[in-house]
Amino acid sequence: MSEAMEIAAGGNSTLAFDVESVRADFPILKQEVFGRPLVYLDNAASAQKPRQVLDVMQEAYETYYSNVHRGLHRLSQLSTDGFEAGREKVARFINAESDKEIVFTRNATEAINLVAACYGQAFLKEGDEVILSTLEHHSNIVPWQLLRERIGIVLKVAPIDDAGNLLLDGFEALLGPRTRLVAMLHVSNAIGTVVPIEQVIALAHSRDVPVLVDGSQAVQHRMVDVRELDADFYVFTGHKLYGPSGIGVLYGKRDLLNAMPPYQGGGEMISSVTFEKSEFKEAPHRFEAGTPAIVEVIGLGAALDYVEALGRDNIAAHEAGLLAYATTRLSQLPGLTIIGTAREKASIVSFVMEQAHAHDVGTIVDRAGVAIRAGHHCAQPLLQRFGLTATARASFGIYNTRAEVDALAEALGTVSELFG
Amino acid sequence: MMDELRELYQEVILDHGRDPRNHRCPAEANRHAQGNNPICGDKLVVHLTVDDSGLIRDVAFEGKGCAISIASASLMTEILKGKTKDEARALFDDFHEMCTKDDFDASAANGDVDALERLQVLSGVRQFPMRVKCATLAWHTMNAAMSGETETSTE
Repeated sequence: MSEAMEIAAGGNSTLAFDVESVRADFPILKQEVFGRPLVYLDNAASAQKPRQVLDVMQEAYETYYSNVHRGLHRLSQLSTDGFEAGREKVARFINAESDKEIVFTRNATEAINLVAACYGQAFLKEGDEVILSTLEHHSNIVPWQLLRERIGIVLKVAPIDDAGNLLLDGFEALLGPRTRLVAMLHVSNAIGTVVPIEQVIALAHSRDVPVLVDGSQAVQHRMVDVRELDADFYVFTGHKLYGPSGIGVLYGKRDLLNAMPPYQGGGEMISSVTFEKSEFKEAPHRFEAGTPAIVEVIGLGAALDYVEALGRDNIAAHEAGLLAYATTRLSQLPGLTIIGTAREKASIVSFVMEQAHAHDVGTIVDRAGVAIRAGHHCAQPLLQRFGLTATARASFGIYNTRAEVDALAEALGTVSELFG
Repeated sequence: MMDELRELYQEVILDHGRDPRNHRCPAEANRHAQGNNPICGDKLVVHLTVDDSGLIRDVAFEGKGCAISIASASLMTEILKGKTKDEARALFDDFHEMCTKDDFDASAANGDVDALERLQVLSGVRQFPMRVKCATLAWHTMNAAMSGETETSTE
């Protein structure tokens, strides 16, 4: 029994985390790649889907698929029920006060763009300041740069230390009379840092500044309670949470959402239309123009059920065990340096090797069936902070095992063998 | 597994990757371009010294990247020195075909056969489609510099 499983089993044996039975739920994991068992360690880019999600989506298409919110017929009612049940599940998953605070988008990127466009239009003007951090993914940088080009906001960047920890003092020093919003990730996709987001929010709120949290790399690893955090906006995506691609979530406090203008115009988001004037629905529907990703929302609901059934504390314990093991195991390899050694990390290990560029490392381990990411991880400013253009990154999820960490380490040995 | 990898990472490539030739910026260079590989963030700058008759007097490059992209850039600088612009373009076309087509026949190509023979060490990327752009980045950048563009991308 692994350490993580013992921890999980120690509290309550009925909640024991059995990684082999989790693996059995994921059909894709049964295959071989280049004649070796697939070792999928690119979960921070996108996670695989359990049969429970695939079955629910297949069932929806085969038995009750229809458009939502408009048909009077039976199938439309069933689809609408399934779709809105997905919204309720999302609300419960992050402990939102109401499902009216859950807006569906294509992905986390679109959720951030929505806030930049709509919050920006309602509340920001030239010279107003938005604070980001060095850790951000491009999706939480570029939308604000586009807004800067449109209306002349000013972007400030909170610093990090050499281990990848956010410097809270440095962040606090940026909060000023013109600060109107903080937009910051919860967990770094590139180096795994867990940002002390509670403290960031508390500091911002003490100056009446709202906070958008990019939780794309957080919700799949740990319990997130938006009310306890007191986050004003919280965004994440379905596909990293063992759900389908094409569906993202914007949580926003209800008053804030209803004070914002619509994002796109079209059907679904209006209460009445004449050629003179249209009346918009309240949130969330005012932000959901057009036919939504109906079956993806139903699939996301199934993914949340799946994660809840495993238990997020059990998942966190399992992944903490993998992170600790991988950190130790990889550190022992000659020439390998781990990038990002923050005090608190999610199960993401970024590294460089003296022997070879990250891209070569990625190609070599791929031939051993090990899928990792190599590149800038859509976080070029962060890598520049470390004087790098690329790292290799192994990111672990619910179905990964210590044996797979060993497979990665063994494949990395081949790098030394080839490159000397 | 090791056979294909050794085919990709041949000794010549490892040597040029570790110790790239003409990794400098000549003062007399008169054509420059930067090449970006947006997948990995690699950047190369190619410096050409082309005389009035269209002869490439000198080729050099600067940048960091994977073994494939650096070795390809290094080999390119050695091969193109002394070639005309037209010869360089013909080699660029042939090299691109070599990296992407299994049935590429060097003897039927337009470019200098000896040069193509030297470039053959990079043909292993055919088995690694995600790495073709690494091998061709320097060549795309050289082509852009000759056409008077200052920036190019493998996208």
